Amino acid sequence: MAYALETIGLEKSFGGIKATNQVSLRIRKGARHALIGPNGAGKTTVINLLSGATRPTAGKILLDGQDITDREPHDRVRLGIARTFQINQLFGDLTAVETLGLAISERGGMGHDWWRVAGRKQTIVDEIGELLGRFGLTDVMGERTATLPYGKQRLLEIALAFACKPRVLLLDEPAAGVPDAERDSILTTVAALPTDVTVLLIEHDMDIVFSFADRISVLVNGELFMEGTPEQVAADPRVKAVYLGEGDNA
Amino acid sequence: MPARPSLPSLDVAGQLARRARWTPLEIVFWLVAFATIYFLPGRHLILTEIVIWALFALSLDLILGFGGILSLGHAAFFGFGAYAAGLLAKHGIITEPVLALFAAGLVTTLLGFITSFLVLRGSDLTRLMVTLGVALVLREIANRYAELTGGADGLQGITMAPVLGMFRFDLFGRTAYVYSLLVLFVLFLLARRIVNSPFGLSLLAVKGNALRASAIGIPVNWRLVAIYTVAAGYAGVAGGLLTQTTAFASLEVFSFDRSADVLLVLIIGGIGYLYGGLIGAIIFRLMQDWLANITPQYWQFWIGLVLVLIVLIGRDRMAAWFQPIIRLFDTLGGRMRRMGAAPGGGER
Repeated sequence: MAYALETIGLEKSFGGIKATNQVSLRIRKGARHALIGPNGAGKTTVINLLSGATRPTAGKILLDGQDITDREPHDRVRLGIARTFQINQLFGDLTAVETLGLAISERGGMGHDWWRVAGRKQTIVDEIGELLGRFGLTDVMGERTATLPYGKQRLLEIALAFACKPRVLLLDEPAAGVPDAERDSILTTVAALPTDVTVLLIEHDMDIVFSFADRISVLVNGELFMEGTPEQVAADPRVKAVYLGEGDNA
Repeated sequence: MPARPSLPSLDVAGQLARRARWTPLEIVFWLVAFATIYFLPGRHLILTEIVIWALFALSLDLILGFGGILSLGHAAFFGFGAYAAGLLAKHGIITEPVLALFAAGLVTTLLGFITSFLVLRGSDLTRLMVTLGVALVLREIANRYAELTGGADGLQGITMAPVLGMFRFDLFGRTAYVYSLLVLFVLFLLARRIVNSPFGLSLLAVKGNALRASAIGIPVNWRLVAIYTVAAGYAGVAGGLLTQTTAFASLEVFSFDRSADVLLVLIIGGIGYLYGGLIGAIIFRLMQDWLANITPQYWQFWIGLVLVLIVLIGRDRMAAWFQPIIRLFDTLGGRMRRMGAAPGGGER
């Protein structure tokens, strides 16, 4: 069972509609796995189920073989699965330094420490510095997040999830809405994520997917349509049909 | 100060500690507060009232400004602390005021913990109603059990022992003022410490974006329970101080007016930076006093008008008016710090 993340018959219904239907994913350790599909295929619902933001109607989620289906979102982060959001979910009033420091101290179990002044621990300070460097945020580290350029916010979005030191990182359209000029820095950063972190990338944009993923699952109408290597997926006429049928609104 | 790229780790630590740093303006604030003990001897009664409002508003700031929980029934805890302190003194259970105040705060903290679970779920509106309801319920309980609380007549016959067995509560309110101010100062220091800790930072995150907070491993509900509980204790101490300094407690301590007024105080002073409640209490009480002298019947009209203006003009724009003063103090403070670090090298 060398799977970092596995879902068994995952289902989620909203009213009578099955947003996720019998999704069984298996993601190998260290994989660069992409989950693709046309708009409304239910990609983000899958991420929400994996992160615990919504609860499945049926099915199981296993993280390194451990059942996390009933765990609270914050518990899952501690167990080693973290996510980013398609639409930035950041702390507008905090700076990048504070945002990352927060995630690191939570991870270290210091979040309930109400006595120490934040930032007195050298290990935390060093790690923040390292993260700022890795995600190209050093130049804006002291600015309020709300005033950062969108591309920087996007990088912080990823950096924040990465700061939780996940074994499995869920990236929900990391480059969504980023202007072309800033896009490259995000893609380079994502490509440079350490290989011991398993990455599940949710993406609409085919260029990103094919430059990044070593394995692709295609989701259509909440169901797994096919899975394979990028070459197999690219060659599959049905996948093309699904995307062409949807029209060009990428 | 400009960032020094050659020492990035140093900057990170400085950035993190930024919020916790004492500014010269804060130091001046407290020096002036303590100076009033000597310089405004005739005003100690109203100053004591201000201190109690300040502590009560500080408590509300902890849950609203740092926890994002809107309450219209914060008087529940104020009143509970007030009656607890009154009963302890009246029945001679704990006579020494400091100890009794601590005990009153402690039982109110417990009440806060129990009721905190009620405010976890739901929207702002639900929370408003739940907090309002809790205060109403407590008020009626105090009303119903008149043999214990004195009911509508209030809790009478309280005699206060000297503070620490040494300082008698005097007619001019000097002891009461010094005592209250010291309690406020100590609890303020504690609150300041709390909000600048990793725990405090996590509260800001929860308030800012609970969805993301839980997605980085923060147990959102537990953090809210914790701050609600602490804030309840603060409010209980404020209520206890009122009873101790006036040797009386009435049902008014639970009133909706009090819950609404403390929200007003906090909004006047500004939410989420701890001094809001303190500054708001000064402005609110002095304005009340001044307006009541000019127009005894209609002073609430002016309070209402000021409130509307504050909200319409907006906190940010008003803060901008004071920026020059704050900048001046920051410059002075920076210069002093540099002179302290390198004597004789005060210039930039």
